[in-house]
Amino acid sequence: MTAFLDVLIGGVFHASVLFLVAAGLQLVFGVQRIVNLACGSFYALGAYFGITAVNTAIAAGVPPWSFILVLILSGILLAAIGPVIELVLRTVYKRDEAFQLLLTFAFVLMFQDVLRFFWGANPQTLGNLSMSYGKVTLGEVSFPTYNVLVIAASIGIALALGWFLQRTRYGRILRATAENRDMAAALGANVRWINASVFTLGTLLGTVGGALVVPTSAASLDMPVELVVEAFAVVVIGGLGSMRGALVGALIVGLVRAWAITKYAELEVLAIYLVVIVVLVARPAGLFGKPIE
Amino acid sequence: MMRLALVAVAIVVLAAFPKVAAPYYVTLVLPALAYGIALLGFNLLFGYTGLLSFGHALFVALGAYAAAVLSSKLGVKSFEVILIVSGAVGAAVAIPVALLSVRYVKIFFGILTLAFGMLFHSFLFKFYDLTGGDTGIRVLRPKLFGMEFAELDKTSFLIGPFYYYCLVLLVVMGFLMWRIVHSPFGLHLTAIRDNPRKAEYLGVRVRLFRLIAFVISAVYGAIGGVILAINTGQADPELAYWTHSGELVFMTVLGGFGNFFGPIVGAFTFIFLKSELMGITQYWRFLLGLILALIVILIPGGLMGLARDLYLKIGARR
Repeated sequence: MTAFLDVLIGGVFHASVLFLVAAGLQLVFGVQRIVNLACGSFYALGAYFGITAVNTAIAAGVPPWSFILVLILSGILLAAIGPVIELVLRTVYKRDEAFQLLLTFAFVLMFQDVLRFFWGANPQTLGNLSMSYGKVTLGEVSFPTYNVLVIAASIGIALALGWFLQRTRYGRILRATAENRDMAAALGANVRWINASVFTLGTLLGTVGGALVVPTSAASLDMPVELVVEAFAVVVIGGLGSMRGALVGALIVGLVRAWAITKYAELEVLAIYLVVIVVLVARPAGLFGKPIE
Repeated sequence: MMRLALVAVAIVVLAAFPKVAAPYYVTLVLPALAYGIALLGFNLLFGYTGLLSFGHALFVALGAYAAAVLSSKLGVKSFEVILIVSGAVGAAVAIPVALLSVRYVKIFFGILTLAFGMLFHSFLFKFYDLTGGDTGIRVLRPKLFGMEFAELDKTSFLIGPFYYYCLVLLVVMGFLMWRIVHSPFGLHLTAIRDNPRKAEYLGVRVRLFRLIAFVISAVYGAIGGVILAINTGQADPELAYWTHSGELVFMTVLGGFGNFFGPIVGAFTFIFLKSELMGITQYWRFLLGLILALIVILIPGGLMGLARDLYLKIGARR
């Protein structure tokens, strides 16, 4: 029972962060048809910048309870790089998707050194900050309250995103564009503005995700390329372009990973990718994806 | 005719290279030869069949590990045997992977191949007893046609007999690939790339042909991996990491994937570019990424496409 709870809470925590990044990936793919390999770089950028932001906040004498808000805010601020990158991506929208993929790969390479330039090659942490919120004890298991806050924040963001996409006028336009780009454009949707805002929103989800996770684990230069692997597993399991898929996929990957780490540590990524392959063999488009071709 | 002459010149230059250039540069050409072979296969899949694999490093790593296991665990020293067995291992792994992957096209194919690549990477990384984990496995010096070359030290072996062996291998495998892409089979592949549905109506067995192209490309990848591993004397899991697959795509696009020789040109340019940038600054990845971005945006045809455009422009002026 204790072990089960450990896996459950650890898994859901990881899933909530993965969901944010995967949701960004889905949004950008759904509307723009671009698979953004740089989503992991945004995540890492969010993490490093979050460390700097919290350290600045501590120096400025901000009370400890507001750290999580500082982190979210720093993630939101960082999303300002979104429009800049979209401006570059804009040059290849009309090209083969191989070029779009490759251009985001170029960003992965560049961000790797941007991180190194500003924060150095050594991993950075916020020390024991996540413990400053205290612990929650459930029977024999105890875990940081911070993790619960992150799960809550992620659920809040997921609900807000759902409301935004389902209920607002702009969300409807986005969904229409995802459904049929040319038709949406013909009906007067401002495609240029949609591309810029969707990419920025995708970036924001990634940077906030990275910022939220950094109090619990170190920020390192391996972060971007490692996260991409998991985020990809999430969207492939859930189905490319589907928000519900991102949610379910993140939960599956988070739980499988947490389970594998406690049970068979050497199987961590292997287990995730076995799930990916099993899902794809059974359901080629993923759990919630649309049929291909 | 012109093309044949250029190829002949390139071969002569490469053959003369160890005699005139500093050993350091010769050791750079060796991996370029290896990548040249691997990318010939990769381009059959990407350039000719229209399937972008983002996990092709799997087969390069497979070749490297096959060479490592054969040479340092099973005591097989003959390079010919290593090549044949590694190629066969590549094909054997490629068949199930391809059976699953070729049901998809475009980005889905890319992601699924990436998944397989990462699966293999984590296998190499985590099964320490079998694969040596992150330290990998040593690759011992092979015998070429049964000859040991014991009197040569490691570098002179690599830039001497081994270099020429690999150069010949590249030429032979290049010739084979030339025949493949210009055969009816190759024409089927380009038909599938350009319009899979129409090809199907015409009676082309699309999935079977994609599968065969995949398997051939895997064999080329594995053989490239063997040379790469012998050159470094090591097979390590990074060879299978997805960023390495990204580099393979990078090289191909750099040289130009619409062109038969593009990937080979890309391999040589990439290796020398990377080495030069690493000499200039520790932030070479940034510059490499910048160059990749510029190529993608400004010259999607790659270097060969650029050369072709220039050639046509000069021709038009005359």
